[in-house]
Amino acid sequence: MASDVEPLVLKSPTLRWIEERLPLLSFGYRHLVAYPTPRNLSYWWNFGSLAGFILVVQIITGIVLAMHYTPHVAHAFDSVEHIMRDVNWGWLIRYLHSNGASMFFAVVYIHIFRGLYYGSYKAPRELLWMIGVVILLLMMMTAFMGYVLPWGQMSFWAATVITNLFSAIPLVGEGIVTWLWGGFAVDNPTLNRFFSLHYLLPFVIVGMVFLHLVALHTHGSNNPLGIDLTRKDKIPFHPYYTVKDLFGIAVFLLVYLGFVFFAPDFLGHPDNYIPANPLVTPAHIVPEWYFLPFYAILRAITFDIFWIIPAKLGGVIAMVASIVVLFFLPWLDTSKVRSARFRPIYRIFFWILVLDCLVLGYVGANPPEGWLVTLGQIATFWYFAHFLIILPILGKLERPLPVPESLSAPVLPRGAAVPAE
Amino acid sequence: MRRVVRLLGSVLALSVLCATSVRAAVEAEPPLRESWPHQGIFGTWDRRAVQRGFQVYKEVCASCHSLKYLAFRNLADLGFTEAEVKAIAAQYTVVDGPNDQGEMFERPARPSDRMPGPYANEQAARAANNGALPPDLSLIVKARKGGENYIYSLLVGYEEPPSGVTVPEGMHYNKYFPGHFIAMPQILQPDAVSYADGTPATVAQMARDVTQFLAWVADPRMEERKGTGITTMLFLIALTALLYAYKRRVWADVH
Repeated sequence: MASDVEPLVLKSPTLRWIEERLPLLSFGYRHLVAYPTPRNLSYWWNFGSLAGFILVVQIITGIVLAMHYTPHVAHAFDSVEHIMRDVNWGWLIRYLHSNGASMFFAVVYIHIFRGLYYGSYKAPRELLWMIGVVILLLMMMTAFMGYVLPWGQMSFWAATVITNLFSAIPLVGEGIVTWLWGGFAVDNPTLNRFFSLHYLLPFVIVGMVFLHLVALHTHGSNNPLGIDLTRKDKIPFHPYYTVKDLFGIAVFLLVYLGFVFFAPDFLGHPDNYIPANPLVTPAHIVPEWYFLPFYAILRAITFDIFWIIPAKLGGVIAMVASIVVLFFLPWLDTSKVRSARFRPIYRIFFWILVLDCLVLGYVGANPPEGWLVTLGQIATFWYFAHFLIILPILGKLERPLPVPESLSAPVLPRGAAVPAE
Repeated sequence: MRRVVRLLGSVLALSVLCATSVRAAVEAEPPLRESWPHQGIFGTWDRRAVQRGFQVYKEVCASCHSLKYLAFRNLADLGFTEAEVKAIAAQYTVVDGPNDQGEMFERPARPSDRMPGPYANEQAARAANNGALPPDLSLIVKARKGGENYIYSLLVGYEEPPSGVTVPEGMHYNKYFPGHFIAMPQILQPDAVSYADGTPATVAQMARDVTQFLAWVADPRMEERKGTGITTMLFLIALTALLYAYKRRVWADVH
């Protein structure tokens, strides 16, 4: 990929001296300046750089918060209020961080669905996709542990509910839970290790993002047509995509800071402004919005499976499987055509999947009562059916629309002879 | 087929009916929808109302509820002068120490002190209130679904229980409280305080004032936040427009 890029010419002898010993400048030039990028990328391709931007914002605000936060059950809640009331601009840093988590997930979910729509996970980008799924998993762990740190009621009970899921594992479950807690209940040792890991994992994410970019730059970005582009259909990353990404970041900031300044608690839960109390269980324990679909899948399994898997373990397996299935997506989708633009039937199923995830989110937000239980089960079934049944079969049965050869070439009717150049 | 549909329909209607009637018995009425001067993008505190609310808190609520995150110095944000803040603080006694002899001692509060609560600890609070714990009110507006509207509704929501409902010993009927039975009695009675500015101290007036005061205690940085937000947004809108124009210029030769 990098071989078809104009070489970097350095005029300054000092820079040449450095470059000969440490080729950082040419690395940056190749990957941030000259990097050939499809010229037909739509604004849906902005969400990758947006995710990188918000990751940096989260790390910076998080490091500042950690300077003022106290990870102790007796002081955590007070120290957060100290940040909100007494630390200079503390309220801004904290609201940036708490709303930043929501924004990170919103951006990454759009990024993932863009990948699903345009088949960005297909050969030769399978590992790129799988690294992305690893990043999603790391993000979920980080967000969950971060949510525990303010030590409000939802923090405490979310930690209790989620760590208790491990007790569903046969034989060793209870032992694992005690090990995770560092005791016999969610308590100070749990808060301390969650703080430690919450500080560590974002840097693991940074490492995975680096791998994600290495894999991306090996074959280049996919594009709305999903076809392999030739060199002449590509343009240098700078200035075209640097300015486009900057514009995207500005628009994103309008939304993000709109929440931060004018509705900072809109995405949170009122109960988390009540200090944690192990003796009082909240009426409805709900996770943050970005976990609601997974929460719905967890609760959808209300029955024992084949008399051997108890419902609780079944729910945990289903929830884990809902992510694990994404690792196999490149092989579950049997269609050779990447972009949904040329897959009329897949396009319909894509939008049904989007709707299905929204339904799961709605079910996850509400108490599991009455018809919502059934709805959650249907939506859970559909989620898995989409990946495990529909995609493998659809790839074989669907007749894709004619796919163009390149950006400039017109779409040729099926079977027409390719004109000589 | 049509019969099946009709049957299913009536079963559905019946179950919805049952569900709602069961729910109505336990769940509270949705809170009143009041309009608040501090809401909205440009909303700011009505300082006179918040100061009146502080008076209601001090003279009524403070006998049971603490405000542990409120320092006397914060009152300066409400328009109290430094001397007034000092005078207010001096009305309270706080425990300090140990001194050179190793003894704890009491002294008048200073502006840097946080407001002392009515009880020494949770056990003392429960012992004085029939086993119920009056919650700290510092964050109450943020910590309840419905925020200001809920707090206001609760304060004006006391009424005689409907016929057939027996209120347990030591409890009180409030239509906005989840479960309806609340340990707190209707503490706001007409003219419970006498406002210096001559505002008639009706229950609704005191409830509105103290709700606005509690909203301020829960979110004391609100005006700073919105002010910074408006400036930031104006800047960002201009920046976004510029970047868009620049992006179109850079891309002109590609399209």
